[in-house]
Amino acid sequence: MDEKKTPLLDELEKGDWPSFVTEIKRAAAKNASAADLLAQLETSYENKEGYWKHGGIVGVKGYGGGVVGRYSSQPEKFPHVREFHTFRVNQPAGFFYTAEKLRQVAAIWDQYGSGLFNLHGSTGDCILLGTTTENLQPCYDALTECGFDLGGSGSAMRTLSCCVGQARCEKACIDSMNIIRELTLHYQDAIHRPAWPYKFKIKVSACPNDCAAASARSDLAVIGTWRDVLEMDQDAVREAVDGGFDIFNRVIRKCPTEALEWDSGKRELKITAEDCVHCMHCINMMPKALHIGRERGATLLIGGKAPVVKGAMIGWVLVPFIKMEPPYTEFKDLVDKITDWWADHGKNRERVGELIERMGLSAFLEAVGLEPLPQMVHAPRSNPYIFWKAEEVGSHG
Amino acid sequence: MARTDFGPPDYQELIPPIIKENYGNWKYHTVPRPGVLRHVSYSGAVLHSVRVASPRLVSSDWVRDICNIAEKYCDGYLRFTTRNNVEFLVADESKLQPLLTELDDKDFLIGGVGVSISNIVHTQGWIHCKSAVTDASGLTKSIMDQMTDYFTGKVKVPARLRIAVACCVNMCGACHCSDISIVGIHRTIPRVNDEMASRVCEIPNTIAACPTGAIRPNPKVKSVIINPEKCMMCGNCTAVCPAIKIMDPVNDGVSIWVGGKVSNARTAPMFSRLAIPFIPNEPPRWTTVTEAVRNLVDVWRTNAREGERMGEWINRIGWERFFKLADIPFTDKHLDDFTYAKTTFRSTTQFKF
Repeated sequence: MDEKKTPLLDELEKGDWPSFVTEIKRAAAKNASAADLLAQLETSYENKEGYWKHGGIVGVKGYGGGVVGRYSSQPEKFPHVREFHTFRVNQPAGFFYTAEKLRQVAAIWDQYGSGLFNLHGSTGDCILLGTTTENLQPCYDALTECGFDLGGSGSAMRTLSCCVGQARCEKACIDSMNIIRELTLHYQDAIHRPAWPYKFKIKVSACPNDCAAASARSDLAVIGTWRDVLEMDQDAVREAVDGGFDIFNRVIRKCPTEALEWDSGKRELKITAEDCVHCMHCINMMPKALHIGRERGATLLIGGKAPVVKGAMIGWVLVPFIKMEPPYTEFKDLVDKITDWWADHGKNRERVGELIERMGLSAFLEAVGLEPLPQMVHAPRSNPYIFWKAEEVGSHG
Repeated sequence: MARTDFGPPDYQELIPPIIKENYGNWKYHTVPRPGVLRHVSYSGAVLHSVRVASPRLVSSDWVRDICNIAEKYCDGYLRFTTRNNVEFLVADESKLQPLLTELDDKDFLIGGVGVSISNIVHTQGWIHCKSAVTDASGLTKSIMDQMTDYFTGKVKVPARLRIAVACCVNMCGACHCSDISIVGIHRTIPRVNDEMASRVCEIPNTIAACPTGAIRPNPKVKSVIINPEKCMMCGNCTAVCPAIKIMDPVNDGVSIWVGGKVSNARTAPMFSRLAIPFIPNEPPRWTTVTEAVRNLVDVWRTNAREGERMGEWINRIGWERFFKLADIPFTDKHLDDFTYAKTTFRSTTQFKF
């Protein structure tokens, strides 16, 4: 293939941080579409604008999603990225791989695509970046051979993802990896065949540190928590204090509800259990001494999303506490009620959080069969513009 | 027809034996050196995770490179993190130092654990997205070249600091809840190609896509009219109607946001707030942006108390002092003029049972 000069991008091979330009060049050494990607990107850098056309619907047989179609707006100049579609391949829970599996995927992608990856996309999928329409089906067939199915795109349930959870974290209140494994299998149809007003994301973080950023980046966030008292190993607390750990400034002062006290006489950490809001800070600071409680489950937050259309939302409390044990029947029932109500009432491209805001939280709670609870709000309303139903009041006097 | 609806490979077949044996039974972890986690199980088993930087956009050769390393030191087991770093999972402690040495020799950056500046969550940019106002990979590389010492732990920071880059206001990723976010924005009104709109656009959808109600139908030519007084250039109409163009290389650029977080530790999750309304695109190095980010990191790390994240520090000192200390002009652009009605909902897991 003809070598194109890329002086602007070459600049980004310098510096300490690993270079994406080096990676594109490595792929370009044996793949014409990666070479044209580099050339088109250099032109974008020269002219400060992108050269990808609007939309394009492509896919594999049997599915309505999982492939993002992409066409160059300059196909005469960059013929090998005329079609440059991406596969969203559903990642294993917790992003665990064996070298053997990864090698298989790399070999398939060298054969059918550009040899370029995003490890991983923001939602969690393993992204295979760039192939032709013609190669989509054979590539998918090869992926299925080594056990990889596609993830979600479009107005569907999107690929579920989670934090590392019990596989490697002592703070995990729930089995985040098993939860998304089970739900992913249960909701295969909803993931592969878009049937809703817009996208719907579920993410699972096993504790309120929220390492999967579930509350910001999923419509339904499952966040592990506990309902009893956190566990304290007083000897280990003393050991930390004796080792010079500034327990007052680093822990006691930082507790959001002043639930903690350090009794310097008895050399004992005390907690007012009913004041604790399980924020994790003290456990984060003293992982050897403090541990999550025993009565474990999850808090569900609803509505998290990016700005478009009505402004960004951080998910808010829908269910303060739910047990999360296989086969997760109670949770699945709730998901079905939420998505049914949304499918009935949602406008085109209206996220569930926006629909709740439009129709009212009380209408939503009634539809999905949940009681209003003070945990759902920071504070009650401050205006008197209250809706009353006819059955709640007497007839006109 | 190919097999369908079977889902991803089962993680049970991809986790190392030491994780299988100690699943849900971990007692605590320590950070013996930057970039390395030492997990101790109630059974006494010890697992080391070694975290290294990734550009996220990688080649199949890079994939094979990390596979070789995982095979040599970790019996072939590895994973990725939610910020797109790689983790090598070392069950045999005697292989830890040789692994670290090889990673150093091969110029992998070890770091990104705990109190540090970890990888930048970023998006497709000009590499693959039609709505990209800027390039995410180039911005990420340029910023992280400046932040490497904070990633590797060579220089300490008061708390963790999360940077995110999104190439448009769709904010794929977590830009609305990051300590520092860089978000591509437009500043000029979209142009409507009426002839094309009449052929390819669903007019009601296009009208409904506008957050400010700036779009009305133009039935004479079967197209739409955009009211320039109401349009704040979000570009959402261009996402649903290809006949509307908004790209403007002269006026497009990026905005910088600060103070967001997702964790519930100490304080509830927070939205990122506008710090710098506009900086032009300056490929390949985006020098003004990287300097602005460096300034924000510097002013935070010299003024924040130990353990205080960007948003928590700002809440303590107040926005008025933040703008003064960061030497950023406060303008009319910082005043919110968008409607919000959900401020009473409890967007945190912090509550009492």
